[in-house]
Amino acid sequence: MDILFLLIPLSVVLAVAIGAAFWLAVDGGQFDDLEGPALRVVVDDDRPERGT
Amino acid sequence: MARPSLALAAEDCFHCGLPIPDSARFVIEARGAWRRFCCAGCEAVSQAITAGGLDDYYRLRTAPAARPAEAAPDDCAIYDDALIQSRFVRTLPDGTREAELVIEGIRCAACAWLLEQSLARVPGVLSATVNATSRRALVRVAEIGVRGDLSGTGTTGSPSDKSPLTPISAVFRAVRGVGYAAWPYEQARLAQVEDGERRRLLRRVCVAGLGMMQVMMYAVPAYIGAADVSADAASLMRWAGFILTIPVLLYSAGPFFTGAWNEMRAWRPGMSTPVAIGLGAAFAASAWSTVRGSGDVYFDSITMFVFLLLGGRYLEHTARTRAARSLHHLAAWMPQSACRVHGLSDAQGEVVPAAHLNVGDLALVRPGETVPADGVVASEGADVSEALLTGESRVLERHRGAALVGGSVNAGAAFVMRVTRVGAETMLSGLRRLMERAASQRPPSVRMAERAAFAFVVFVLGAAAAGLAMWWTFDPTRALWVAVSVLIVTCPCALSLATPVALTVAIGSMARRNLIVTRGASIERLAGVTDVVFDKTGTLTQGLPALRGVIALPGQAEERCIDIAAAIGRLTSHPVDRAIVAAAGPARVTVTRHRIDPGQGAEAVIDGNRVRLGRAAFVQQLTGTPPPFEALPHAETVAWLGSRDGWMAAFRLGDTLRPEARAAIAGLHAMGMRVYMLSGDEPPPALRAARELGIAQVEARATPQRKARFVSELQESGARVAMVGDGLNDGAVLARADVAIAMGSGADLAQLEADAVLLSDNLDDLVAAMRIARAARRIVRENLAWALGYNLLVIPLALAGQVTPLAAGIGMSASSLLVVLNALRLGRMAPASLSR
Repeated sequence: MDILFLLIPLSVVLAVAIGAAFWLAVDGGQFDDLEGPALRVVVDDDRPERGT
Repeated sequence: MARPSLALAAEDCFHCGLPIPDSARFVIEARGAWRRFCCAGCEAVSQAITAGGLDDYYRLRTAPAARPAEAAPDDCAIYDDALIQSRFVRTLPDGTREAELVIEGIRCAACAWLLEQSLARVPGVLSATVNATSRRALVRVAEIGVRGDLSGTGTTGSPSDKSPLTPISAVFRAVRGVGYAAWPYEQARLAQVEDGERRRLLRRVCVAGLGMMQVMMYAVPAYIGAADVSADAASLMRWAGFILTIPVLLYSAGPFFTGAWNEMRAWRPGMSTPVAIGLGAAFAASAWSTVRGSGDVYFDSITMFVFLLLGGRYLEHTARTRAARSLHHLAAWMPQSACRVHGLSDAQGEVVPAAHLNVGDLALVRPGETVPADGVVASEGADVSEALLTGESRVLERHRGAALVGGSVNAGAAFVMRVTRVGAETMLSGLRRLMERAASQRPPSVRMAERAAFAFVVFVLGAAAAGLAMWWTFDPTRALWVAVSVLIVTCPCALSLATPVALTVAIGSMARRNLIVTRGASIERLAGVTDVVFDKTGTLTQGLPALRGVIALPGQAEERCIDIAAAIGRLTSHPVDRAIVAAAGPARVTVTRHRIDPGQGAEAVIDGNRVRLGRAAFVQQLTGTPPPFEALPHAETVAWLGSRDGWMAAFRLGDTLRPEARAAIAGLHAMGMRVYMLSGDEPPPALRAARELGIAQVEARATPQRKARFVSELQESGARVAMVGDGLNDGAVLARADVAIAMGSGADLAQLEADAVLLSDNLDDLVAAMRIARAARRIVRENLAWALGYNLLVIPLALAGQVTPLAAGIGMSASSLLVVLNALRLGRMAPASLSR
């Protein structure tokens, strides 16, 4: 079980790193719109205009 | 794509999903079928969407659209002014320009898609991104055209000859064309605050969540009592848990500690105090065990508790902002622009911010524009609507020299006014001050959970002290430890978690019933309401003229007169004419030629005869004789119809009661509420309306001050008052009431101060919302009862010194889960039990 002495500190470092990455993502606006991008990818936007 | 598209009942408006009034006749073909609409605004927007080939919007959307603002005046041109543009348009490094706007009325992601598509089609627009959550639009254009001749200080942009010019007003018009409202971002302070708050909360939730997951892992060996973990490894895991709990406690749980500190200083323990005591005690005890190398640690319970609390708050915040997004009230924050002219015949003038107007200046008010300051009419006459102030869209006639109130809208032809009062002296500013003062005098409402929190703190501290004293006599070494474990296991989650979840669910249910709650605490206050006070005009009545009766003169067929009047009325957009059209059947008369005389009426040629519809004086020019009778009851509008052959008919128009009002008031009575009506009208019509509605207590000819005093008197006698109103003249009394509910069609400013806005204007929805609020209160009470039972169960355990980290963890999560599940029950309550 000596491997625990490496893995536990490593898990703390990892948790801090993930937290920092998430923090940057929130600040960068990645979580500001959770719905729009999903639609933007799927829906065609090059359909020709229909006449009235 | 397997996204369920929205299903609307056939009797609801195809665009906005609100019920269609019986008088509405708005039908167009969209998505392969005939669709019905509730108003001309929805019809026009839907037509524009379909014509542009963007009808996929109706397939993609997950929420009905917001109802477009009624007959919005076209004031987009002011954004072409260089001075105004400089505040929200910036130049990018590559020479293109970017405008940042706030869009109102976005309900779901499909709205953002629709806006992006429409904006991209404006000539010269390079790209457009719309964020559905923050409601912001970034529009990049090659070069913006500036109206040089109207720019105030002469600093026009230098439009290059090569690149196409895009007037920025075209961008604003495109947004409006598909039924939304756009404002320059720079001025929308409200939206900025909201964005920051959301991000901060999300970061806190994320830190707590990450911490919780990791710390829980370190706690597993202690849970299962693993024997093959060496003492050194166990100590290392305790230290790892300690390190990861610190940011959760200091950053994520920070607001609880500052909140508790503020509550302690005010000697009023609230929701944060028990949370802070529990977290603080658990952390101190666990830290001590970690340093000492022996004893139990509760880091997993701490982080989990913080995560659940913040998760609940985040959900509540999201639900509330999502609901509030469908409101149109940013307009109230916008500084107005004005067009200063140098003489009555000056048709151009210069655009200046309304704040730069001076007393004595002349200002030109074009059709549909807002009167920029208080003043008097300098032209021949003017037709204005004071809907912003009164919520009543009746068009008022003002002659030369008559007073005009800043904020009213020009409903007729362009006119020139002379400014008499500006800035803080205007009537509008006065009303706002009255409103702010009233809001500051609102009686403090102690929230139920806060009252319970006080009892809880006393109870927990008492139990801990008792444990300390008891153990001190038997075993002083364990006494402190027992006292701490009492503080840890008494979980305040029922207090601090159940309330936000119950509120979130209630906000969602109310939004589905078209009542938008703007403040979380209003639901609890709504549940405690004992008295409901209604304003009359625009609240219990439609606030729009409707045809009350036709007086056909001898020799004239009534049917024929209505048909002719409706044929003329279809050509104008005047509210009176629209009421006649709404009451008439399908068009049976053809008009060959017509002419509209703003503010007077309209003339048309029918079967070769000239016929006029409008004011008596206007029609008299054609008939040549004075009207056959005059005095009709006041507060009614009369439109005349006549030809060269003589007078034909008089149309009586007046405000009518909302069809559902009577049943809704009966519903409130059935819930045990007292109902009152306040009206600025004369006593006879007010009493007549009250009798029809079954309201016993009426106060007629009430001024805003009198209304506010009426509400205060009720409050002093112990009542909890909800006020339902629609105009800015109700602003003071709205702010004074315990719960202020504004009508969706009412004044923007009234909505800004309200706790809730009734979007549909349907009073039935108000009754349903009251029932939801009461159900939410019942759920919160059940959760508090559960908290009491749970604590009675575990405190003896803690006092006996039997609380292990595993027991604390299970107790806390089970307790949290139970209160959350109980709160979610609210969302599944049968709609039948909420409406009659």
